[in-house]
Amino acid sequence: MTKTVFFGTLTVAGLAAGLASAATLDDVKARGELNCGVNPGLVGFAAPDASGNWTGFDVSLCRAVAAAVLGDPQKVRFVPTTAETRFTALASGEIDLLARNTTWTFSRDTDLSMDFAGVNYYDGQGFMVRQDLGVTSAKELDGATVCIQTGTTTELNLADYFTANGMTYTPVAIQSNAEGEQQYLAGGCDAYTTDISGLASTRAAFADPENHVILPEVISKEPLGPAVRHGDNQWGDIVRWTLNALVAAEEYGVTAANVEDMAANSPNPEIKRLLGTEGELGAMTGLPNDWAKHAIAAGGNYGEIFSATIGEETPIGLARGLNAQWTQGGLLYAQPFR
Amino acid sequence: MANAVDAPKDSFRLSMLIYDTRYRSLTIQVIVLMLFMAGAAWLVDNTVRNLAVLGKDFNFGFLGQRAGYDIAQRLIPYTNADTHARALLVGLLNTLLIAVLGCFAATVIGVIVGVLRLSSNWLVARLMTVYVEMFRNVPLLLWILLVFTAFTEASPLPATFRVNAQTGEAESSMLFGLFAVTNRYTAIPDVLVERGLGSLALGPLSINLTFLAIVAVIAGSLLARRALLRHATAVQEATGLRPKTWWKSLLILILPIAALLWALGVHLSVPAITGFNFTGGVNVSNSFMALWLALSLYTSAFIAEIVRAGILAVSRGQTEAAFALGLRPRRTMSLVILPQALRVIVPPLISQYLNLTKNSSLAIAVGYLDLRGTLGGITLNQTGRELECVLLMMLIYLAISLVISGAMNVYNARIKLKER
Repeated sequence: MTKTVFFGTLTVAGLAAGLASAATLDDVKARGELNCGVNPGLVGFAAPDASGNWTGFDVSLCRAVAAAVLGDPQKVRFVPTTAETRFTALASGEIDLLARNTTWTFSRDTDLSMDFAGVNYYDGQGFMVRQDLGVTSAKELDGATVCIQTGTTTELNLADYFTANGMTYTPVAIQSNAEGEQQYLAGGCDAYTTDISGLASTRAAFADPENHVILPEVISKEPLGPAVRHGDNQWGDIVRWTLNALVAAEEYGVTAANVEDMAANSPNPEIKRLLGTEGELGAMTGLPNDWAKHAIAAGGNYGEIFSATIGEETPIGLARGLNAQWTQGGLLYAQPFR
Repeated sequence: MANAVDAPKDSFRLSMLIYDTRYRSLTIQVIVLMLFMAGAAWLVDNTVRNLAVLGKDFNFGFLGQRAGYDIAQRLIPYTNADTHARALLVGLLNTLLIAVLGCFAATVIGVIVGVLRLSSNWLVARLMTVYVEMFRNVPLLLWILLVFTAFTEASPLPATFRVNAQTGEAESSMLFGLFAVTNRYTAIPDVLVERGLGSLALGPLSINLTFLAIVAVIAGSLLARRALLRHATAVQEATGLRPKTWWKSLLILILPIAALLWALGVHLSVPAITGFNFTGGVNVSNSFMALWLALSLYTSAFIAEIVRAGILAVSRGQTEAAFALGLRPRRTMSLVILPQALRVIVPPLISQYLNLTKNSSLAIAVGYLDLRGTLGGITLNQTGRELECVLLMMLIYLAISLVISGAMNVYNARIKLKER
């Protein structure tokens, strides 16, 4: 019996590993569909709407990659993953791309055998509390009960932050953002901590968002980015440069509306190379030359996606902040298309 | 049988391995074993090679690394600066705590319900039937979630115990001034020792001498009481009169422990609300309470059925014979029925204990950090060592189960029918 169970586990692991080794681009093309791992429900980043269509900031990246590779932004199968299952899902080949508010860290990049294709949102960890608690700073949270998603970097940051400030807390381990939301609203914890973008998005879904405040302290750096399996460099390049194309498109003023016009008439050689009217950039990654044009046409450039999903006009109401173009004082800086 | 012929004593031929019934089953077993081992070897080889392709190795070095996360309920000292191995131990102790308390409560409730279900009182018997069918036929996970939700939704926030500055009184008040039931935990008084005996460090483990002393005194009292009862029985057998023992028993049980507690300066520390939460006492989390209650109630329904089956297995004639000898119903139950019923009860009871222990891994649903939550949850995620963590976790659960099973088998051997 013991042996059976033991080898059963080994089989599963073996099969999973076997799936992971093939070239991802060929798999995706053969399948005609991109498997994209997303958050199971974080409004603004990835959540199905009333009619079941996935929308959001991370979802848009999946669609852009699908458009670049398959020419159609709708050819995506969204796989909801929890914080706990996401890396296994990627390593086992269940998903081709993980776009799920995942923080790029050293150990994830190296030890977990993932490659981060870039950063699509520069974030930091914060705390949300009820307004009537009267707390104005995270430093006043000594002795508080804090809801925390397990299996995340925020869990470790939280421990470090409280230790560094000589404070104590009681962690309440939760599995998903939905559970955290429920526990926090039911008073199961005094504070909810996760990335500030996630807090803003969670708060936007409350019935009374005005009664909850996000404390000013940002206790960590959380560069969130899409991740792919380590070792498939071609696929990694495709995701990296699709993200770059969206960022560069904003910088050069290419939008979903004018992308065709720009491709045909722009005198700027960089835009011509980006959109495939000049040079053979697409072929270098194994894609058609107009891949970036499809990617931009799918949901617009980075700025358009941002303002449509999580920007200040949406209920989530996030400012561009660090996520502005480098020319605007932000950190977005696309490498040259040459 | 005069004309029976001996089988010809031929020399051994290879074909006999298949055609001779004496060897055939052995041949088949050897072949199946070889196939099994080949399959196993293929699986291991496949795993090793594919792990190599993924750039992963197989080692348990991560257990010595800093864990970095905090655990709310810990029975031994633990901070986020401790290792993953220590976190594993904290989780394991949480699992064992819920398993031991769960088995105890399930047995008590189960025996009561099982006996009452056989009651001649129509209402009581029917009520117990409803209890059993209700708990047995709804998935355990739902019970855990239901109890947890009940605790969380029906009890007040800790903040409501705070005295309002304007009105001068608090919205909620503590039970007997000692307990506070909140939607996060139940705050109970902590037992503090004024003059502790310190602790003895044995490598990584430290043994609390105060606790040890208390356990030793209780064990000593129990042994002394047993000697007293044995003496009473001896007197009864010699003279036919049983000396009164109840006040001696009470004295033996209570006096030594009371003296020890007084000597140690044991007193209660009543929890009080300071800041966000209750401090000064012990906060028993709702996830623990929910898990314990749900596991106990669920398993007790099965145990009740086992107890009922065991009692029904003792033939009615035994009771009648006991009555005919003049035994009262209570003594009939404890001297005649139960000893015989236990033979039937104990083996399936072992299974229920094992089930309860393994079911405790559902703790993850309410955020109780047991072995599954620490080693198989956070450690697995933070280190990315799925294979190692899952195998280690399986090994530990297996070990726990085998220990329970072994201990119960020893007990079973003691109470089973002695055939001479």
